[in-house]
Amino acid sequence: MEYGFGQKELDRVESILKEELIDIGVNVTLLIDMAGNIIARCDDGNCQHDLYSLAALAAGNFGAVNAMAQIVGEENFTLLFHKGESESIHFSKVEDDFLLITIFGNDVSLGFLRLRVEEVAKKIKDSLLYKTMLLANLLDSESDAD
Amino acid sequence: MAFINLKKKEVQVKIVYYGPGRGGKTTNLEYIFKKFQERIKSDMVSIKTHGDRTLYFDFFPFDIGKIKGYDIKVNLYTVPGQVKYNATRRLVLQGVDGVVFVADSMALRREHNFLSLKNLQENLAAYNKNIFKIPLVLQYNKRDLAKQGIQLLTIERMEKDLNSKLKVPSFGASAMSGENVVPTLKKIISIAVASLHKELK
Repeated sequence: MEYGFGQKELDRVESILKEELIDIGVNVTLLIDMAGNIIARCDDGNCQHDLYSLAALAAGNFGAVNAMAQIVGEENFTLLFHKGESESIHFSKVEDDFLLITIFGNDVSLGFLRLRVEEVAKKIKDSLLYKTMLLANLLDSESDAD
Repeated sequence: MAFINLKKKEVQVKIVYYGPGRGGKTTNLEYIFKKFQERIKSDMVSIKTHGDRTLYFDFFPFDIGKIKGYDIKVNLYTVPGQVKYNATRRLVLQGVDGVVFVADSMALRREHNFLSLKNLQENLAAYNKNIFKIPLVLQYNKRDLAKQGIQLLTIERMEKDLNSKLKVPSFGASAMSGENVVPTLKKIISIAVASLHKELK
């Protein structure tokens, strides 16, 4: 599927990520596509991680997990969680094409985070635009620049 | 298709190095990484087996500057070349914008090149992409081995074998010494960006 987010939608997605996740103490949150591209990101200002590599690995990892799901007869596994000593990572699928990644410390409870991630996923779905609309937006913004 | 971020004025382009096992895909990336190290902010990610063969992929992002006010970020990937890792290869190809096919010039590996190119065609088709339409560059790697007396396929032979129908740009190269590694990369980036530009018009 081809998809797109216009500038307004991206602003909206980033404000959703900030309000719903960063404001409850999450360190970094990323919305990526299954090709490993970063669509939106938001952090608490202290993030030193290499997020492009993380996105590439996360997309690959999720692909591998989906292949495992099919082996055991599931259509897919929609979420993944890796527990670390001081930071943990939570991955959740949004629609068929996107992945929401959250990196958080021990001060955020996993249950609460999962509730919030579910909310965020719903809100992001409403912000999706499709390719024709993306192109229209791009042409608009180019003619604005002219 | 490449990801275009209108807000940050950034374009992410995905380039994948494809080809038969032990053909030099990882060596291409290693050379580029070393050559442009001061311009690459992150480390090269390599997921390898104990025997140093690529298990999943190698990856690093590479900023190439601005085109029409947009920052172009090229994400370079390799795939594992071994036949048995096809599922992984297909995963890495998802969302690809341009492919460098690294063929092995050794006469012994002629058959491997055919099979891998055919496999590329099949895997692209799984994403509704056509090998005749996608930005593609062929690289005939390991030309340096001729000096060691190893029997190589001539460039003409390889063109006939692999490029007679595709008719895409091709380079004789040596990923070990770096010969034609950067021109191959420049070519695929320019074709991929031009194709993206055309698609957006």
